[in-house]
Amino acid sequence: MQNENLVQISFFNQLMLVHPRKKQNERSEASVQVSEYFVNAEGTGDKVNLSDLLGTVEKTSGASNKTKKQLRNLQSSKETLELPLNKQQTEKIQRGIAYEKTTAEVSCWKNIILQNQKAEQMVFPLNQESSGPKRVEQVVAGWKVQTPLEQEIFRLLHGSRQPVNDPVLTPVEEQSLKAMSLEEAKIRRAELQKARALQSYYEAKAKREKKIKSKKYHKVQNKAKRKDFLKQFDEMVKTNPEGALEELKKMELSRMEERMSLKHQNSGKWAKSKAIMAKYDDSARKAMQEQLQMNKDLTQKMVVPSDDEHESIEEGLETVPDFVNDPETVIDPVNPWMRGQLTHEEPERRTRKRKSLENLKGRGKPASEVVEEDVVEVSDKEEEEDEEEDVSEFNTLFRLMRSEKTPGEEDEEGLLSEGQIRVRSIEDLEVLDEVVEPRAIEEPSAPQTAAAEATSEPPHKKKREINLKEVLTKEAKAVRLPFLPTVVDEEERDEQISIIKEAFAGDDVISDFIKDKSRQEAAGRPAVVDLTLPGWGEWGGVGLKPPRWKRKRFRIKTAPPPPRQDQKLPDVIISEKRTASVASHQVSQLPFPFQNTAQFESSIRTPIGSTWNTQTVVKNMTKPKVVTKLGAIIEPMVKEDFIKSKTTSAGDLVFLSNCPEKINFIIFFCCKP
Amino acid sequence: MLVFGFWTTKICNTRNCFNKIVLIALFSLTFHCNGFASIVCPDLKKILTKFDSPSRWFMLGKKCKVPAGARERLKEAIAISEAMSEHAQKQAARYDLLLPEDAGFLEGDEDEDTNTISQADIADAVDITSGSKYFNLHLSQFGPYRLDYSRTGRNLLVGGKKGHVACIDWQTKDLKCEMNVMETVNDVKWLHTEAMFAVAQKRWLYIYDSKGVELHCVKKFNDVLRMQFLPYHFLLATASATGFLQYLDVSIGKEVAAICTKMGRLDVMAQNPHNAVIHLGHPNGTVSLWSPNQKESLVKMLCHRGAVRSLVGKDKIGDTALYMVTSGLDRKLKVYDIRAFKPLHSCFLPAGASCLSLSQRGLLSAATGEIVQVYQNVLGSNPVSKPYMAHRLRGQIWGLAYCPFEDVLGIGHGEGFTSMIVPGAGEPNFDALDTNPYRSHKQRQEWEVKALLEKVQPELIGLDPGQLSKVDQASFEQRHKEQVEALGFDPLAKDKFKPKTKKKGRSSAGAIEKRKRKVAHEDQRDEIRQSVQERTEREKELKEKSNEKKLGNKSTLDRFRK
Repeated sequence: MQNENLVQISFFNQLMLVHPRKKQNERSEASVQVSEYFVNAEGTGDKVNLSDLLGTVEKTSGASNKTKKQLRNLQSSKETLELPLNKQQTEKIQRGIAYEKTTAEVSCWKNIILQNQKAEQMVFPLNQESSGPKRVEQVVAGWKVQTPLEQEIFRLLHGSRQPVNDPVLTPVEEQSLKAMSLEEAKIRRAELQKARALQSYYEAKAKREKKIKSKKYHKVQNKAKRKDFLKQFDEMVKTNPEGALEELKKMELSRMEERMSLKHQNSGKWAKSKAIMAKYDDSARKAMQEQLQMNKDLTQKMVVPSDDEHESIEEGLETVPDFVNDPETVIDPVNPWMRGQLTHEEPERRTRKRKSLENLKGRGKPASEVVEEDVVEVSDKEEEEDEEEDVSEFNTLFRLMRSEKTPGEEDEEGLLSEGQIRVRSIEDLEVLDEVVEPRAIEEPSAPQTAAAEATSEPPHKKKREINLKEVLTKEAKAVRLPFLPTVVDEEERDEQISIIKEAFAGDDVISDFIKDKSRQEAAGRPAVVDLTLPGWGEWGGVGLKPPRWKRKRFRIKTAPPPPRQDQKLPDVIISEKRTASVASHQVSQLPFPFQNTAQFESSIRTPIGSTWNTQTVVKNMTKPKVVTKLGAIIEPMVKEDFIKSKTTSAGDLVFLSNCPEKINFIIFFCCKP
Repeated sequence: MLVFGFWTTKICNTRNCFNKIVLIALFSLTFHCNGFASIVCPDLKKILTKFDSPSRWFMLGKKCKVPAGARERLKEAIAISEAMSEHAQKQAARYDLLLPEDAGFLEGDEDEDTNTISQADIADAVDITSGSKYFNLHLSQFGPYRLDYSRTGRNLLVGGKKGHVACIDWQTKDLKCEMNVMETVNDVKWLHTEAMFAVAQKRWLYIYDSKGVELHCVKKFNDVLRMQFLPYHFLLATASATGFLQYLDVSIGKEVAAICTKMGRLDVMAQNPHNAVIHLGHPNGTVSLWSPNQKESLVKMLCHRGAVRSLVGKDKIGDTALYMVTSGLDRKLKVYDIRAFKPLHSCFLPAGASCLSLSQRGLLSAATGEIVQVYQNVLGSNPVSKPYMAHRLRGQIWGLAYCPFEDVLGIGHGEGFTSMIVPGAGEPNFDALDTNPYRSHKQRQEWEVKALLEKVQPELIGLDPGQLSKVDQASFEQRHKEQVEALGFDPLAKDKFKPKTKKKGRSSAGAIEKRKRKVAHEDQRDEIRQSVQERTEREKELKEKSNEKKLGNKSTLDRFRK
């Protein structure tokens, strides 16, 4: 029945095709009745629900429980699916993905293209085999067995296990391969790698630690190290006495060095600054003390294990006064300049000191009392540093003793200043300087005058430089001629000169030249453009000058030209004109990669011509960028060419090179289609 | 007695029994590296390693450092050029060992001055060929003579004041041509080859070929007194009695430049072989430097209190210094460093030098009256005290020239010509591709073609020969100005407005004028228009701002708010 319907419809359609004009209107009345031509089911227009379909599943026994459960879950979930993206957006995304893919594909060419661009010369077709004679092995390796006869022979040869051709490897290569097997080499390499890695770790660690700024950290580190060392040393004494002795010697050496140097003696810049702070700052004081302690420790004599322990301890406690290590101060009366430089600021400071002293005096206390008081104060504050202070006190006293030679008042002053020094701590040198001062102050005057002379001289020199007459009339050395009668005596020569002078008295060559030069210079200077109009904004008339404001405003001055080349050559006039003829051949714009003219000029400074170069260099310099072989087809580059070269790693080659026969074999198989 | 040897060191050590003087004159027979390549040397390796760090001799300018933040491309460009230049320098240094010849010298006994040794003694002591290089031509009839050697040093051209002109292959004494031009001859000069020479005669400049056939009479060049030939530019520079400096391009036969120097009679002339600049000496004691590209002198320097009598320029091979030696009427001889334009030293010659000549190795010869003196080490900073050699002649000396690649000094004087042996004057090693004394006819032809192809244009002559390799840093305006000057019109200028002819009485004079008015001063009007527009905009803005301030931030819709 339905088939009949369909046939009828198709027939109807064909009729329509035959008579396209007679288009029949379809009837489209809404009817519930079954049409002859349409399939009409119950409930048309209603939506089909999932539940309607799934109802049957529940009933069927064949479906598994699991699926049923899943379907039930699905039914219960109310989420709707998201709308698919519209066409434009999907296309956009697709385009993006396609672009990325193609860029990835194309970018693998990037390196090669860059390389080719950079290459000094490209020879096409690419991948040409090098011309010239080849090694036999290479030729043999490329050989294919083609004819049946060849194949048979080849089979026979391989069957008999006789060598097919000469070994590919040279004897040297073989030897080297024998010398170290692969496994061994690997192990060795691994070892080396490990060692290197460890070393680098240690280095990195050391660097890191060195960078740490914390002093405390370093202190702790050092202490730990020291402890460690002591432990080791103790052990060494037991196990390796010789080594221990050596270490002892080292210590002794360091002690000697310490005694020689001024390193830990509170005399450095840092110590001085700390000394100023010491009055107010506990930590500074401590730091100073620590430094001294360090000195003590280092200069301590090594405890030689002996019977009398008591003595040795006492010896150890004994401290060496600082001045022992001080270099002898040279106060040379003959050469007071050495001091003079150091005492530039001295006068002021001294006056300051004096003032403070006067103040003290003004209080009406005897000087000695002041000293005592100060000392007491200090000792109160620094009880812990007793011992060290003793030493420094001794130092200062000793120094003062040395400087006692200066007469009365000075002496007193020195003594007085001791207190101050104590308070501000050790400014040893200055105490000494004060002694030498009077002489030192006088000194500077002499160099100053000398300097003044020196400064006053240069203008003279400058003037001299541009004195043309002196240049020309400079004394010329006369030439001595041995056997010729033209020799002239000195007198005669003077006579000659006077004659010449007479002869050329009329034409003053030099002044003419100077005039010429000044004219040229004037011509080179840009003229001032005067735009003043007389009579505008003022009274006009004969003999009236334009006022100042007008001149200022309407006279245009151009910038002065750069200094002339012959500025410093009095007897030369150099033309400042630009040579335009060369300019037309010159490069006027900087070519691309260069950033300044100097770079470009230096890059073209080497001549290419054969006049200046050897033949090979000329050929090398002028070789063409692209070379093509006549008659050869230049194929586009193939991807395989360079990808292949990338993938074949060195390891594979090593493996293969062990067995030359295998290579041939592999090549043989590769060549087969 | 004298001894002659080829290799300096050996002979010096083993003086023979005559033992008066050791003369090591050298007449080079070696070819330049370009000709022959391989020389087997036992300690070649040592020499090569020595040259691996090129000495100053071969240095080509300063090296360029790669700046810190340079682009990759720049780095590469610099690296490539540096590598190339270093390679070139090294190669040049390596090839230098193929120039094994040393110059000769004359050495006297103890207490014997070399300048007392006579030419006859020297000629006796040296071998026959070298001895034959000392000879006299007695030509007293048409004297005094000017002379010129060809660039290869084979041919000699002599021109007598009274018209006698002859060219000779002086080594074989083969007379090529001889004639009398029946006019005063002021100067003679070889052109680029031995086939042509120029003679400055009484009125015009003549050019003859080697057989004495007159090729040209150049009537543009009159009253020529001195000539110089610039071989690489193919230019014949002439200085005339009328004060004109003229350049003749002998390859195309055209006058390149004619400069009126306004300095009077020009009878002292020299060229600087380094940069092809012509030096002229003047009666007021100045020396001026000229190029064909500039109508005024490049440099003018005051050298003498009296007139300049003679001067000569020289570039010292392998060194940076350039020298000029002048002598004046004040009887001084001055050596100048021509790069710094500063005198190095001066000395007083009792008789004054009328002619000067510098050899390839830097020997200076000066003609003082009838005596020729040769000085050694003049080009250093130390003044000379006595001559190296001296030779007395019969007549007044008129011309002096060293023969290239030979230890020979040619002297033209009133009684003819004298060829004098001066050991150590000539360069022992020659460039066979440039000037080959032993070249064949075919080689000469080939060389001529190549030289013409490599001809340097006269525009490139200037004080600094390296100017071409520098970037022109002139501003656009300056260059434009020069272009306008050179062309005679402004190529960038707008065409003048030409109104179309219209009909029906619309092309009356008044109408045309009106139409012209419409487009006149377009540039200015544009400018004014723009400035007016800007001003109005600014005013508008100001107004808006002030309005905003007045109203606050009110909009038009604010009025509907309640």
